[in-house]
Amino acid sequence: MRQADTLGVAPPADPFSAQVADTVARVIVNDWVNAEYKLIELDAPGVAADAAAGQFFNIECPATGEDKPFFRRPMSTYAADPSAGRVQFLYKVAGAGTRGLATLIPGQTTRILGPLGMGFSLPETAKSIVVLGRGVGLATLAPLAELAQQRGVAVTALISARASEQVLSVERFRAAGAEVETVLDSDGTSDLGNVEAILRHLHAQGRADGFYTCGSNRLMLLMQRLSAELGIFGEVAMEQQMACGLGMCYCCVRNFTIDGETVSKRVCWDGPVFPLAEATSW
Amino acid sequence: MVDLRVDLGRGLCLANPVMPASGTFAEGLAKVIDLNGLGALVTKTITAELRGGNPTPRVAEVSNGMLNSIGIPSKGIDHFLDETLPFYRGFTAPLIVSISAPTVDDFARAAARLNVPGIAAIEANISCPNIEEDGKAFAMRPGTTEQAVAAMRKVTHLPLWAKLTPNTGDIAAVARAAEAAGADAVVVANTILAMTIDIETMRPTLGNIMGGLSGPAVKPITLRMTYQCARAVDIPVIGCGGIATASDAAEYLLAGARAVQVGTATFTRPGAMNEVIAGLMEYCRRKGFNSVAEVNGALNADLLTHDVMEAAQ
Repeated sequence: MRQADTLGVAPPADPFSAQVADTVARVIVNDWVNAEYKLIELDAPGVAADAAAGQFFNIECPATGEDKPFFRRPMSTYAADPSAGRVQFLYKVAGAGTRGLATLIPGQTTRILGPLGMGFSLPETAKSIVVLGRGVGLATLAPLAELAQQRGVAVTALISARASEQVLSVERFRAAGAEVETVLDSDGTSDLGNVEAILRHLHAQGRADGFYTCGSNRLMLLMQRLSAELGIFGEVAMEQQMACGLGMCYCCVRNFTIDGETVSKRVCWDGPVFPLAEATSW
Repeated sequence: MVDLRVDLGRGLCLANPVMPASGTFAEGLAKVIDLNGLGALVTKTITAELRGGNPTPRVAEVSNGMLNSIGIPSKGIDHFLDETLPFYRGFTAPLIVSISAPTVDDFARAAARLNVPGIAAIEANISCPNIEEDGKAFAMRPGTTEQAVAAMRKVTHLPLWAKLTPNTGDIAAVARAAEAAGADAVVVANTILAMTIDIETMRPTLGNIMGGLSGPAVKPITLRMTYQCARAVDIPVIGCGGIATASDAAEYLLAGARAVQVGTATFTRPGAMNEVIAGLMEYCRRKGFNSVAEVNGALNADLLTHDVMEAAQ
């Protein structure tokens, strides 16, 4: 049983009930946000724009030069606007797939399969949550801040990065009403001891009814330990190499610990958001 | 109107010749396409024993294809019958259950347990290692193929298909052995044993070192094997290997395949099977075929000499 059930969270939606579409999406913008990351916004009519916080898409990436990505690339939803029929993805240009995606210009189209997977849940009793992310993990957490805002739940966003140039999404979190704190490798504030002190302080202030994390194994382990010690509801969004995104190929498995036993789960189908208590180191 | 129906023997007729390849299909596809539009549904391989599967990375992309070493994770036959089969009973498309086992007797025991409502046929994945024969796949040799198929034939009246491996020197002989042992069809073929290496880490890309190659890259090879098998046996041959489009499927039908399985293409285009069905209908119309059955055997190979054909053996 998911930890959420015991905390008054609505049970996860029936995985068979939600519909998924392979949408031909048209590029609106595809621009650099810093030296490594691009933001792509797509016109995607239909169910795509209904994506919930934490859900992802499997995105067709064009071949360019020597790069011929055969698989699609899974990407968490950075923003979804059902009224405008648009979705956004924030991605680091790092490999054959993302190099191809980076070449798309406004007006071109690509196929996006989604929305896929199980997203974040907020305990009904939560008044204030903490999201802790690093790198592209912040893209996954940003829609959660907006979901929390809609539900009247306060958010503290703790953003970890190498240096201030790599800090992502501060404005997004602020726009969602979040209190933003930044910790950096460059000035030593991202040190685990300091992050732990910040988390404990937030808990002591009554600002941590929920812990959410994405993008860093060591930050996940820290939040997991504290959530167990302090009895705080927690979830983690996981990444893994994927082929189909629909639970068919069984390549995106990870191990989880449930009632002391190691259980293999598909990140695309059972997740990508999992109870923090069940996660194992990656 | 083109008649898309195909007869696969032992009373099993499909509404059209297109079905998923085992291992590339599961319940999740029902969220994207109407499964009842498919000729049949084919499960991921199940085994009697619980299997965890192989270490990650389990897949790797290559030019025009992929490698996989998933390792047949399985929750066992009881779990399949109790938890998975009820889901598929909700669909009208016939369900083909893929099974595998490490020994001849285990194959028979697994097959015997599938005589239940809602299962239309058994596809025996005899491309897996035989622990009684030093890990060599059953379908690598005619003798072990015959033993495994004959053992299953004794315990089931369901249509029984043998899924052959391309990792053999004489696939036509293996197909003949499957036919002689009572198989109702052969599926040609499984993935081709392959590997890739990451030259930066200097490690094999797959966690299991070697894996099976699939996707468009393998099509000319499995198409050739389909042609050889269709000439060697009287039972239906089901073509499988790199089919991503209707023209790929039409090639297989011309080579003698009665039906086709679409696998890897579904990973990159979930609607691929629907596109193949629509495109096959259009191909038949354009070429004046009244039915897909007419495409079988329409291969125009008269001008080729016997020697050329033999050279390909």
